[in-house]
Amino acid sequence: MLLAQHILNGLLAGSYYLLIALGLSLIFSLGGIVNLAHGAFYAIGAYLAITIGQRLGFTAAVFMAPVAVGVLGVVVERLLLRRFYKADPALSLLLTFGLAMVIEQVLRMIYGAPPLSWAIPQELRGQFVVGDFFYPRYRAMLMAVAVLCVAGLWVLLQRTPFGRVVRAGVQNPDMVGALGISLEPYMATIAFLGIGLAGLAGVMLAPIFAVHPAMGGEIITAAFVVVVIGGLGSFWGVVIAAVIVGVTKGVVTAAGYPQYSEAAIYLLMLLVLLVRPRGLLGERIVRFE
Amino acid sequence: MSDRKGISRRTVVKAALASAATGITGFPFISYGQSDVIRIGHLTPRTGFLGPLGEFAVQAADMAVAEINAAGGVNGRKIELLKEDSVNPQTATTKAERMIERDKVACIVGEISSASGLAIGQVAERTRTLFINTGCNSDQLRGKSCNKYMFHIESQNSMYVKTCGRALLAQGLVKGKKWFSLTADYAFGHDLLRVAKKFMAGNGGEFAADKLVPTDVTDFSPLLLEIRNAKPDLVISNLAGNQITNFLKQYTEFGLTFPVAGFGFDTAVAWAAGKGNFLGTWPLVWHHLINTPASQKFVADFRKRYNRPPENQAWGDYNAMKLIAQAMAESRSIDSTKLVEHMDKGAKFPLMKTRDGYFRKSDHQMMHEMYTVQALPAAQIKNEWDIFTPSAAVPGANESLEVIATQGDEIECKMS
Repeated sequence: MLLAQHILNGLLAGSYYLLIALGLSLIFSLGGIVNLAHGAFYAIGAYLAITIGQRLGFTAAVFMAPVAVGVLGVVVERLLLRRFYKADPALSLLLTFGLAMVIEQVLRMIYGAPPLSWAIPQELRGQFVVGDFFYPRYRAMLMAVAVLCVAGLWVLLQRTPFGRVVRAGVQNPDMVGALGISLEPYMATIAFLGIGLAGLAGVMLAPIFAVHPAMGGEIITAAFVVVVIGGLGSFWGVVIAAVIVGVTKGVVTAAGYPQYSEAAIYLLMLLVLLVRPRGLLGERIVRFE
Repeated sequence: MSDRKGISRRTVVKAALASAATGITGFPFISYGQSDVIRIGHLTPRTGFLGPLGEFAVQAADMAVAEINAAGGVNGRKIELLKEDSVNPQTATTKAERMIERDKVACIVGEISSASGLAIGQVAERTRTLFINTGCNSDQLRGKSCNKYMFHIESQNSMYVKTCGRALLAQGLVKGKKWFSLTADYAFGHDLLRVAKKFMAGNGGEFAADKLVPTDVTDFSPLLLEIRNAKPDLVISNLAGNQITNFLKQYTEFGLTFPVAGFGFDTAVAWAAGKGNFLGTWPLVWHHLINTPASQKFVADFRKRYNRPPENQAWGDYNAMKLIAQAMAESRSIDSTKLVEHMDKGAKFPLMKTRDGYFRKSDHQMMHEMYTVQALPAAQIKNEWDIFTPSAAVPGANESLEVIATQGDEIECKMS
């Protein structure tokens, strides 16, 4: 029973790395940009959750904050990212790294350096207890939200005309261009979705993690591990990687080494990269070879 | 990559501007006058996981200097504060050396990280410059690593443990009880764990479990599941900074009901956990609810200036500046060796508490009162700051201030 709890708990961590990782992967596969500022948008989501939540309540914050972060993502895409789609990847790495630092400092200037307090709303508190099995209700809800988002994104990409163009653009942007379809407006939507998902992760996790300006750095590394294990640009690769990472964390913890559960996922990444450098389901990335 | 070979005029201009810019940032104080001001260096972490506390430290030091200068300065000279982010031990060393050798500061004040504090202490000893540590807790800094020029207004880990320990003994949570302890896996945590273990064993407690937690861990859920299974009598935190905030938020989320206490704490951590999440029994070197006229005036002035109450780190840096000014005035000197002599003679300093404090000669630890606070139930909380009950000072009025500090052979300091 303890093992089940730990695995469930690992899967929850995995599902939030996944929300961040999917956005990273989408923006990379369509635009060729590794967005190091993704964690900073997660932090903005958490801060907006508090700003909005204090005035309009938790539910309003859950719906409004991710949209606001997504809109901010579109602005960043239109003003900055789109200038770097065809450029050397090193340039966009520098750009987004710088952007992450700017956002962190702006948050510090507006909200101050000490963490802000924010709690789970009263109606979502409590735990499920079935015999020996025990799990907080809020975490169960977090898991449901993450699963819904992944399912929604999958439907959008697989079952809609929009998704068809995006998938075609990922596979062969030149051919899409030759067919007379401009990918630029699609990129704006992808930025909205990808960055909005990071914002959503921030909103959902704000009640259970310290909300401070540098919080983005705490989640982005693990999200990158998920993307790298899954393979940059692969939807299912990233999803599978998130599950594997989650189960690994759970099993290592259940074996009695919770303090090594974080280290275990890096070891996992190392092993995957040794055997399969492009990740589980990753495309060969011509521009990096 | 580039096929351009010649250097364009624009490149030359850019390079010139760039070198000018580094020149400006590298030598910020070169144009100031030399002799009519007393310079004091302030070094503390302003970024990273201790950055939130550093922000309070800097604001409080600024406020103290503004007050001292408004009152006419020290011996007729104004104080000029040079402030830098100490970042890490290497950078702290470099910046301390630069402040002392180039900027000729009279002394250095600040620091929160025990590792950086050790580095600055070594520079202070080598250059014979006074250093007042305002935020590093490790016993080792006052023990094996002590030196003649380093003084500690911040309490040592032993004082924190013995202060909170008294409250735990009073609540019957030590003798024959099982503790589940979580410790930050770096120098500060290890030092604190060593002292905590000694206290626990000495008073008849034992560990249900004793876990080291890497400083970058944010998700405590695996440990919370273990705690739930272990059913300890008390959960002990030897964690630091944001770790405590994360731990408290998730402890509440998991709805665990075992009593919680900690041996290292800062008010900012309690505020960050906030109403509905903050719980337990914690030691503090000072807090904003202490009911002395000086403390309440400090709180009111700080709130007026910065729009929030000061926390314990603000107390440390504010009082360090004030006591240096007092020592300089009393000894009529800004020479570090003279100041050390003056403080070694047992000079008394008002620290906004009920009793004056003094630096113990044997290890330069400030002897002063400490406090234990108890989280208020959510229903009794009236605002975002006053979320714990104020407590009586420890030790009590009829005891020596030294009873909570290291004793006898616990004092490992040998000063040359």
